[in-house]
Amino acid sequence: MSRQGGRSTDPRKVSQELFTLTYGSLVSQLVKDYESDEEVNKQLDKMGYNIGIRLVEDFLARSGERRCNDFRETADIIAKSGFKMFLGITPTVTNWSAAGDEFSLVFDNNPLTDFVELPEEHSQLNYSNILCGVIRGALETVQMDVNVRFVQDVLKGDNQTEVKVKFIKRLEDAVPAGEE
Amino acid sequence: MTIYNLYIFDRNGVCLYYQEWMREKQPGMSQDEEFKLMYGMIFSIKSFVSRMAPVDFKDGFSSFCTSSYKLHFHETASGLKFVMNTSLNVSSIRDELQHIYSALFVEYVVRNPLCKLSQPINSQLFKTKLDSYIRGLPFFSAKVN
Repeated sequence: MSRQGGRSTDPRKVSQELFTLTYGSLVSQLVKDYESDEEVNKQLDKMGYNIGIRLVEDFLARSGERRCNDFRETADIIAKSGFKMFLGITPTVTNWSAAGDEFSLVFDNNPLTDFVELPEEHSQLNYSNILCGVIRGALETVQMDVNVRFVQDVLKGDNQTEVKVKFIKRLEDAVPAGEE
Repeated sequence: MTIYNLYIFDRNGVCLYYQEWMREKQPGMSQDEEFKLMYGMIFSIKSFVSRMAPVDFKDGFSSFCTSSYKLHFHETASGLKFVMNTSLNVSSIRDELQHIYSALFVEYVVRNPLCKLSQPINSQLFKTKLDSYIRGLPFFSAKVN
């Protein structure tokens, strides 16, 4: 795979397995700590958000991307540039809404779930929910308020893993005190 | 050629960092007030420039000069604002400001989980690295022109 080749040239890359297993132990600890799957989903999203608001600075500094002009460009950069840089995958952008304010990211392989089988009693758990938080946090930092959620997950027996991203509104620059 | 001082603002207008290397004239107001005034001016110039521009342009506001100094401005997509004052004979320092963002700010602030992102930077490491980078720039000179 291409990420194998990239690893030797970029010293910042770590073993994919180490990453996957670390994430796995994080999730299993959360499952122990919280009673409901819903709560675990919420915690994963929150952690992702905290990662996202920092990760985006790293992304912007390394990629030199500028502000996006429209949401389609945003989707493209997330899929082709962002996911590529941090997870070594390129999800497909599809299922655009008519208004152009919602799209889906479809993953044919999800590195977070490489060694995972979801037990039946955790049918509500969105195992990779951290990704939703990361996307939301990252986009909020570049002034886009979005809603991100899992709609399909192969771990739950769906044919594919699909994350929906919906644009809510543009966040404006903070106005200095005393100005309108 | 001289570098006078540097401000870093976050997207909410909080001054994350300020350092001066050569500033002969002090503003005669509290530092807090000065930061607000600076941010307010940058904010107004940005909206002024984007409204008054007769043609489409990507870069937006990047610098202005007075008779005695030049103010350089660089904004990231995440809304961080870097403002640096230099003497008039310094040409564009876009690359240097971008370097401060990507090699210093991201490296020593964003990647340091103990640095809160919306509060003034206390990291000694960042201060040291930034100071030595600035002092190493070819147009840094401690002499007054």
